[in-house]
Amino acid sequence: MYRYIWLVPLLPLIGAAINGIFGRWFRFSEKLIGGIAVGTVALSFLISFAAVYSYGFSGNAQWPNPYITTQTAFTWIPGGAVKQSLGTAQPSTPETRTISIANQPVTVSNQRGSLLNIEWSYQLDPLSSIFMLIVTGVGLCIFVFATGYMHGETGFYRFFAYMGLFMFSMLVLVMGSNFVMMFVGWEGVGLCSYLLIGYYFNKQEAANASRKAFITNRIGDFGFMLAVFAVIATFGTAQFTNVVTQAVSYPVESLGHWGLMSWIALGLMIGACGKSAQFPLHVWLPDAMAGPTPVSALIHAATMVTAGLYMLTRTNVIFQHSHTMMLVVALVGAFTAIFAATIGITQNDIKKVLAYSTVSQLGFMFLACGVGAFIIGIFHVMTHAFFKALMFLGSGSVIHGMHHEQDMRKMGGLKKYMPITYLTFLAGWLAICGIIPFSGFWSKDEILWNAASTRQIPLGWLVWLVGTIAATCTAFYMTRLMAMTFWGKERFPAHEHSMEHEGHAQKKEHATPHHDSHLPHESPKSMWVPLVVLAILATVGGLVGISTAFTGGKHVGGRMNIVHWLEPVIWDPTMKAFKVDEPLSPAEEARIAATPHTSVLRAEVVSPTENGFNLAHTVESKVGSETATEWVFIIISLAVAGLGIGAGLLFYVKSPRLADVWAARLKPLYEASYNKYWIDEFFGLAITRRTMDLARAVFAFDSKFVDGGVNGSAWLTRFTSTVTGLTDKYFVDGLVNTIANFVVRLMSPIVRAAQTGLTANYALVMVIGLLIAVALYFVKSF
Amino acid sequence: MLQEASRASTALESIKHPDLSKFLVIAAILFIIGVAGVLTRRNLLVIFMSIELILNAANLNFIAFSRYLQDTGHGDPMSGLNFINPDRFVAAAEAAIGLGIVIALYRNRETIWIDEIDLMKW
Repeated sequence: MYRYIWLVPLLPLIGAAINGIFGRWFRFSEKLIGGIAVGTVALSFLISFAAVYSYGFSGNAQWPNPYITTQTAFTWIPGGAVKQSLGTAQPSTPETRTISIANQPVTVSNQRGSLLNIEWSYQLDPLSSIFMLIVTGVGLCIFVFATGYMHGETGFYRFFAYMGLFMFSMLVLVMGSNFVMMFVGWEGVGLCSYLLIGYYFNKQEAANASRKAFITNRIGDFGFMLAVFAVIATFGTAQFTNVVTQAVSYPVESLGHWGLMSWIALGLMIGACGKSAQFPLHVWLPDAMAGPTPVSALIHAATMVTAGLYMLTRTNVIFQHSHTMMLVVALVGAFTAIFAATIGITQNDIKKVLAYSTVSQLGFMFLACGVGAFIIGIFHVMTHAFFKALMFLGSGSVIHGMHHEQDMRKMGGLKKYMPITYLTFLAGWLAICGIIPFSGFWSKDEILWNAASTRQIPLGWLVWLVGTIAATCTAFYMTRLMAMTFWGKERFPAHEHSMEHEGHAQKKEHATPHHDSHLPHESPKSMWVPLVVLAILATVGGLVGISTAFTGGKHVGGRMNIVHWLEPVIWDPTMKAFKVDEPLSPAEEARIAATPHTSVLRAEVVSPTENGFNLAHTVESKVGSETATEWVFIIISLAVAGLGIGAGLLFYVKSPRLADVWAARLKPLYEASYNKYWIDEFFGLAITRRTMDLARAVFAFDSKFVDGGVNGSAWLTRFTSTVTGLTDKYFVDGLVNTIANFVVRLMSPIVRAAQTGLTANYALVMVIGLLIAVALYFVKSF
Repeated sequence: MLQEASRASTALESIKHPDLSKFLVIAAILFIIGVAGVLTRRNLLVIFMSIELILNAANLNFIAFSRYLQDTGHGDPMSGLNFINPDRFVAAAEAAIGLGIVIALYRNRETIWIDEIDLMKW
């Protein structure tokens, strides 16, 4: 089936092309547009599903082979000699050797002047298959939701054309087999993000937000581009398989040592920061909520913003070769997690809260990657895609039901009016807070556990501490969101129509039974069905990464376990090789059960990183066994989730006035959080204003010096031409005239005398001439 | 008798085959008269007549040579005669235009004496 995966990106593109080109000409109905869009994405999902099934689970599964580069659609850049100017420059004699990747012998040929051949080919491996399923699966739910949410919107066809284009770009990003294809997808999703944030382009706010998103992303893309160039200059190829096989032969760069791998990783990290909204490039994501809510769910929660994580995991070999960058990734992630979480506490716009929550959760994922738990990062991407898409769609449902009211202060008590939305939202809430057994618990707990027990970076305890506080904040502000939206008093004005308030003036009235009452109403079926599907996934989806503490210290479920599934693509720094964990046969399981299982801390023997304080190690030495240690951390993470929820309930349900009291009491902190730590203002002052100053200076230079030069040369041309004209007129012409005059005056008396004007004279001359001619004739002939 | 006959036949022969040189001499005389007239006379009309004389001298030559070639049997006998007609056309056209000029001159300057007309000087 994986022979057909080239259809997976192509189908949404075809749908987008049909909708975008013909949707307006032929005035497609909404049903047709929605049908085309949903149908193509559904087909993509089915093909992805079948491909992943046959890749991993069917009779002739190819699973342990992590790199099935499927059919090359075409050779995109058919190559030329690439000069490997960086890295360990290869000797002129070709060097070929075989490296084992996940039990597969891979022949590596490092020869100077190898060809840079960039093919348009799709790669099916454990990592890309997970992303394919997330993008097409969650995308399908969101597409279905959008057919309901966007009902009556002008430019319905435009919306789905952009969305289809986005699906194409995102799938190219995660399925491309080389850095250049990834870059194409990377830029494509950036473009679609820009187009979709600015979907309501007649709203100033949306137009500004789209530009902000695009420009901020460009900063990240710049770093990514440099990294791609460096990769090509170093390895002579852009193909992931070749890059990975060569990168493992580079030495691991220790902390503070800025070698080649660190610099490449830094460029990649800047790109990931831009796309995945990490501090300080996070500013675009909250503003991006100006787009339609399905866009926020698809692009700014579930898929596009996780592209940075995908890239980090895809290049984990490079990152793990630089301890410095691993620490940077972990610290940036931890800081972003707590930073965004504290902002989320005070926001009043329901989508802004979710946006900061997304930034915070992305911070968690970066944190996971930074401490070396790339698999858990991807696991959190997956669970986050479920519950955050669910919550965004739920908020979309709320906004729809509230007639485009986004301010939570004007909501409250919606539980009664929107029961399905409420119940599904409840699942998302419990998942993000980290309540067992909802999906968020498994991934977040694993992240914190890995942070505490990491041997890859120092300061694991700090990262753990920050992450735990951020998790508390997450539980708190999510409870606040639930309380302000679904519980408590009804604060919406029942008589007032708030349509113009949100500027959706172009939106037609939707036909609902509660149309006249202006009361909140439950959303149509096309909107709540995806909610239910996502709610189920958010509830049980975490079980694919069930913690080893619950299963006796080993990863159960064979390939169904995400750790087993992803292991072949993750480089193990302690063994200096790729982890090879075949799906365990029964005999193998018995053997492992018989031997005392190895501690996760065995790595400390070979870890070169540090010998400082390690939280998990300290706890383990106190409580005895690793499983007990894990239980300690599970209880801690459940406790902080409970703490956050309890505080939220206390502040916003039990005694709602307490929140205002404390806001007044902690006014400086509250102001800082409410104003997002003035980061936007700081950037405005420090960067935007400086850029404008620079632009003005350049403009002045342009108008004074450059234009002056141009105008001066024009003046000079005119001046010289005037001088030449005068010279010509008076000197050259004068000379010619003088000479001619002189000659005429000298010669004319002589010549004039011959002209008598008398006919007879002329005739005489003619006769004389004739006679001379005849005479000459005679003279000649004699 | 025989001599008579031979003389008669000689006369007949000389009519049949006239001597070319006589015609050429007459033509040359006509030409010289014409040229002298053109150069010496002052009246435009007389100059025109002189020009006619020159042209006719040429025509006479053509006819003479035509007949001569006819006698000797060398060349095409019509080749000389073919020149006569164009020559007459030229003469007629010249007369028409020239007389027109004369009349115009007379109207403007009331003279046809060419030593009083030196317009070609300017």
